[in-house]
Amino acid sequence: MSSLTKPKSEFTNPKPSNRQAMPKQPPKERGHNFNEVALGYNIDLAQAEADRCLQCPKPTCREGCPVEIDIPTFIRLVKEGNLDEAIRIIREKNNLPAITGRVCPVENQCESHCVLCKAGKPIAIGALERFVANHDNKKELRKVVVDKNGKVRKIVAVVGSGPASLTVAGDLSKFGYDVTVFEALHEAGGVLLYGIPEFRLPKSIVRDEVEYVKSLGVKIETNVLVGRTVTIDELFSMGFEAIFIGAGAGTPYFLNLPGENLNGVYSANEFLTRTNMMKAYKFPEYDTPIKIGKKVAVIGGGNVAMDSARTALRLGADEVTIIYRRSRDELPARREEVENAEEEGIRFLFLTSPTRFLGNEKGWVKGVECIKMQLGEPDESGRRRPIPVKESEFLIDADVVIIAIGQRPNPLITQATPGLKADSQGILKIDENLKTSRDRVWAGGDITSGEATVINAMGMGKKAAKLIHKFLSENQAHAI
Amino acid sequence: MFNITEKKLLASNIKLIKVYAPLISKKNKPGQFVVLRIDESGERIPLTIVDSDPKEGLITLIFQEAGKTTAKLGQLKEGDVIHDILGPLGNPSEIKTYGQVVIIGGGVGTAVAYPEAKALKTVGNRVITIIGARNKDLLILEDEMKTLSDEFYITTDDGSKGHHGFVTDVLKKLIEEKRKIDLVVAIGPTVMMRAIAGITRPYNIKTLVSLNPIMIDGTGMCGGCRVTVGNSTKFVCVDGPEFDGHLVDFDQLLTRQRIYLDDEIKALKLYEKDIGEKRGCQA
Ligand SMILES: Cc1cc2nc3c(=O)[nH]c(=O)nc-3n(C[C@H](O)[C@H](O)[C@H](O)COP(=O)(O)OP(=O)(O)OC[C@H]3O[C@@H](n4cnc5c(N)ncnc54)[C@H](O)[C@@H]3O)c2cc1C
Ligand code: SF4
Ligand code: FES
Repeated sequence: MSSLTKPKSEFTNPKPSNRQAMPKQPPKERGHNFNEVALGYNIDLAQAEADRCLQCPKPTCREGCPVEIDIPTFIRLVKEGNLDEAIRIIREKNNLPAITGRVCPVENQCESHCVLCKAGKPIAIGALERFVANHDNKKELRKVVVDKNGKVRKIVAVVGSGPASLTVAGDLSKFGYDVTVFEALHEAGGVLLYGIPEFRLPKSIVRDEVEYVKSLGVKIETNVLVGRTVTIDELFSMGFEAIFIGAGAGTPYFLNLPGENLNGVYSANEFLTRTNMMKAYKFPEYDTPIKIGKKVAVIGGGNVAMDSARTALRLGADEVTIIYRRSRDELPARREEVENAEEEGIRFLFLTSPTRFLGNEKGWVKGVECIKMQLGEPDESGRRRPIPVKESEFLIDADVVIIAIGQRPNPLITQATPGLKADSQGILKIDENLKTSRDRVWAGGDITSGEATVINAMGMGKKAAKLIHKFLSENQAHAI
Repeated sequence: MFNITEKKLLASNIKLIKVYAPLISKKNKPGQFVVLRIDESGERIPLTIVDSDPKEGLITLIFQEAGKTTAKLGQLKEGDVIHDILGPLGNPSEIKTYGQVVIIGGGVGTAVAYPEAKALKTVGNRVITIIGARNKDLLILEDEMKTLSDEFYITTDDGSKGHHGFVTDVLKKLIEEKRKIDLVVAIGPTVMMRAIAGITRPYNIKTLVSLNPIMIDGTGMCGGCRVTVGNSTKFVCVDGPEFDGHLVDFDQLLTRQRIYLDDEIKALKLYEKDIGEKRGCQA
C-alpha cells in the first residue's frame, strides 16, 4: 500500500482501538456438542465495531474482497442502525452473506487489506457481515418479485448445487430464465452441506439459502449424476439452451502410503459426509455409523483438516492430533479455525509427515509412522518446501486416521462429455468468459479453480450468470 | 421420491421390488447399480439393477434382508416410496463375444449375474451357468437362468437340490474335464469370488468379479468403497464394480466390509425390537 492512500486519521483517530471479540461457546463446552461455535454480535457489539471503521475515502478493504462488496458503506449503515439498507448493499455483490460471513478466510481477504491491519486490529468485517446477514434472514426482506411474463423463457441447466451453482441459478432466475439444478446427492448445498460442519455453518442456514433460490423459481433435481443419469449432450437434446457446470472438486486425494486402506483410515470427505450429511453422530437414531476412535490422527493443515479434527473431538475422541508437514505459519486453514481448534485441545504435530500406517492383526489401523521435516527453499506456491530429516522416524498411536490432504474435480463429467477439456488433475479449462471448450457450456467454482473458497465460487457464479444472460439474449435458440 | 410398483418374495428372505425410476431405467446397462436411501434417517446403500423396463420407466432390484436397511426395505409395500435413488452407477459390464463363458452366481449374487448372463448370451456366447445357495429355498432366478443357459448347474451346501456342495466344485470339474473356458464371471459372497479366482488363476482363465464394498455416495466422492486391485487403490463405485478377479485383494475387501459389523448388529437388533413392538400393538 502506498503511503498516499493511508489516511492520516490512522494515527490521530480517537476511536476505540480494540476489536470487539466474537462471543463464542466456551471451548470445554463446545468440544462436546455440534452447535455453532460463534454466537454472533448483538447490536451493541456490532455498532461498537462499526464505529471503529475509519470510512476511508479509498477503502483498501474492498480491494481485498473477491466480489468487491462496498464494505465501508455497509459498515456505516450498521453504525447508523439501518440494517435493511446494509443488507441490500451486501447483496448487490454477495448472494450468500449468511454463509460467507461465517466461512470466508477474511484474514487473507478484506481484513488483511484494512488499513487498521497494520496496528494488528483490522475491522472485524466478517463478523459484521454475519451480523447483518442474520438480520436479513430474520426479517424476510428477501422476497424478490421475479418477472417471468413470457419474455425470455430460455431454459438453463446447472450441474451441482454448491455455492457457484446456487448463485448462477438464483441470478439467472432473477433475469427471467427457467433454471433447473441437477445435483448428484440427495440434498442440495455442495460442500456447504456435506463438508463444512454444523458447528461452523449450521445446516439450517444452508437450507434457508437453498429455499431462497427455489423461491426465485429455480427447480432443483436431486439424485441426478450428470455423466451417468443424464449426459451434457442429453441435456441439450432435452432442450436446455445453456449449461453451467459447478460440480466442485469432490474427489479426495490419498497419500498412496502402505496401510492406507486399513480399517479406520478415512478420507476427510467420508468422515465429514458420514457426520454432516448422514448424521452419524445421531447413530442409531440415524442409520449411518461412524468409527469414533479414541486417538485420532488427522493428516493435513487446511480447513478440511481442522473440520475433521474438531468433528472427531465432538464425536467423543479422547485425543486428536493434526499432523502437518510445514509449520504453524504455513497452515492454509483460516486462522480463526486454527485458534478454535487449539482452544478446544486439538494437538498439532508440525513439521511432520506420515510415512506409513500400521495395522493390527484384524486389519484395523493402530498407529502412524511419521518422519520429521525441515523447511527448505520456497516452492512454486511461495511456501517453504518441507524436506524429510533423515532417520527421524517415530510412531504415534491412532485408531482412527483421517486423510485431509486435498481434493480434485471428479472426472466423471469430463469422461462422459466429448470435447470438454480438462487438465491432468481434472480441472476444467475455461476462458476469461468462463466458457469451457464446449459450445454453450460455462463452468466455475472449484471445478475450474481447484479447491478454493466459497466466495470465489460464488463470485464466479455471479459472473457466469451475467455472461450467460448476455449470450442468450444475443443468440438464437440452440440448433438441436 | 420413487414409487414401488411391485413386490415379490423370491426366497425366504430375498425380495424383489420394481421401482418407478424413468431416467435410470432408460440409461441402465448390465453391471450397473443404484445407491438408495429409504427415508430421512436412512443410510445410503448400493443395490445392483437386475432389470430395467424403459417403456414403463421401471427398474428391478433384488435384495436379501441382512442388516437394518435391507430389513426396512423388506417392510415396504407396493405403493410405498423410497426417498432417494441415484443411478445408474458404475461402469457397465463389458459385453462382447468371448466364446464359451461360465457364469457363477452365489446366493443373492445370482441377481447380479442374471442381467450379465442375459447380455452375454444375446451377443452370441455359449453360456454355462452355475448357481448356488445354502439350501434350495434360497435359490433365486432358477427358471430365468436355466432358460437362457446352454448348460445349467445348481449346487446347494446341504444337498437339498442339485449338486451337494459348492459352485466351485462344478467349476473345478469343468476345468478338469478340459472344457474350453474363455471367461468366468463370478458374482456372489466375497469368499466365493476369492475361491473362484484362486481356482482359475493357475489356468490363466480370465475371471471377472463384481465387488460389493460399503458405499456412501457412489459417485467417487468419499473413497469409502476403495480396495486394492493390482498395485493401486480403486474406488469400486466409479472404477468398478467389475474387476479382474486375479488382481483383487479379497482379504482387504473382506476386512473393509466388516468395519461396521458391531454397529450393524446393534442397529438391526434395535430395529427388530421396534418392529416387534409395533406388531405387538397391532395384534
Ligand atoms: C471440509 C471443508 C471445509 C471448507 N471450509 C471452507 C471455509 O471455511 N471457507 C471457504 O471459503 N471455503 C471452504 N471450503 C472450500 C469451499 O467449500 C469450496 O471452495 C466451495 O464449496 C466450492 O463450491 P462449488 O460451488 O465449486 O462446489 P461444491 O461446493 O463442491 O459443490 C459441488 C456440487 O456438485 C455436485 N456434483 C458433483 N459432480 C456432479 C455431477 N456429475 N452431477 C451432479 N452433481 C454433481 C456435488 O455433489 C456437490 O454437491 C471448505 C471445503 C471443505 C471440503
Ligand atoms: S474496514 Fe478498514 S479499510 Fe475498510 S473502510 Fe473501514 S477502516 Fe478503512
Ligand atoms: S462410494 Fe464414495 S467414493 Fe465410492
